[in-house]
Amino acid sequence: MSTVYIARVKEVAARSIGGEMMIMSARDSTLFSLNETATAIWQAADGVTPLAEIVQHGVCAQFDVDPATALRDAEELVERLAQHGILKLSDHPIVEAK
Amino acid sequence: MGSAIAQDVVIEIGAMPVLVRTSSPEFLQILRERYGGFVNSSAQPVFEFEVEIVPPGRIPDAIGDDDLSVRFEAGRWVLQRGDFRAELDPALRHGRIWQSATPYAIDAAFRIVHSLLLAKQGGLLVHGASVVRNGRAFLFAGVSGAGKTTISRLAPADATLLTDEISYLRRAADGYVAFGTPFAGELAQPGENVRAPLAALYLLAQGTENRIDPVADADALRAVLRSVLFFAHDSELVGHVFDSVCNLVQRVPVRRLTFVPDFRVWELIV
Repeated sequence: MSTVYIARVKEVAARSIGGEMMIMSARDSTLFSLNETATAIWQAADGVTPLAEIVQHGVCAQFDVDPATALRDAEELVERLAQHGILKLSDHPIVEAK
Repeated sequence: MGSAIAQDVVIEIGAMPVLVRTSSPEFLQILRERYGGFVNSSAQPVFEFEVEIVPPGRIPDAIGDDDLSVRFEAGRWVLQRGDFRAELDPALRHGRIWQSATPYAIDAAFRIVHSLLLAKQGGLLVHGASVVRNGRAFLFAGVSGAGKTTISRLAPADATLLTDEISYLRRAADGYVAFGTPFAGELAQPGENVRAPLAALYLLAQGTENRIDPVADADALRAVLRSVLFFAHDSELVGHVFDSVCNLVQRVPVRRLTFVPDFRVWELIV
């Protein structure tokens, strides 16, 4: 996969409840629950930091995981979240118009 | 035939007075009977409705009987079901309803309007029974068949029924307050027009013993979200409702109440 940039979609509501990151899509009211590593990726999804860098600094630095495996898992995760409309993916930095 | 003079009635649910104006004396009488304990003519309305009574089958742009459409367009909420059409202007706090002279349509419109009004204020309508005992309110949430009416029917004599169907919650400085509603379920009996601080929310499950179990916050959030009445597919309001449920489960104890249909279950509710 080429360089991937990820950004949180604005039309979601997110709260940490009982240690779980709960995210509701305001588009279709679907509720998602993220584990710790997924939460780290979600929180770092600023649109300008490449996913590989997020995984290296936000996941591998915090959790005892193999970097190649972590990146592969992260790529699958962001694809799934994008399919549900709660993350945007791009091969270019994502800069939201103000 | 000349036009009848419009008359009005103020119906206050959840401390939100809504004025209903109609030129049909028969419909006005229906409203007074249906919402008897919730009529408060001295209250200052926060919203006004003009109701136009039209024959069944003449509702403008009517859709299928069971279909409900709630959408926001051109600055107005448009609610449509087979038996009514309503247009609400939230900025003007004014709406119009076209319906036949029955209480069912305006009852549905009230539920939707209150859910919209509450959403921005941190309040919620929850599919559940609620009861006041010793000055504290208890809410019993569950899907149809979970036991809302049963637990209400088993309530002891010192308990006051707020509703056996739709619970009305508003945010307060130190938690939530439950209000009585006229929205009745199988009991076919409106709740009392009183309020009390919400002491606990129970997720109902019928079983072979009476038992209360803790519920993790995340599980409570999922369960309560499933019980919240909300009709509009509006991203801003959905976000408000999500935040409200998050606040609710963090401020009010949520427990699972497994019970047998026996009055002794109320020994656990104190």
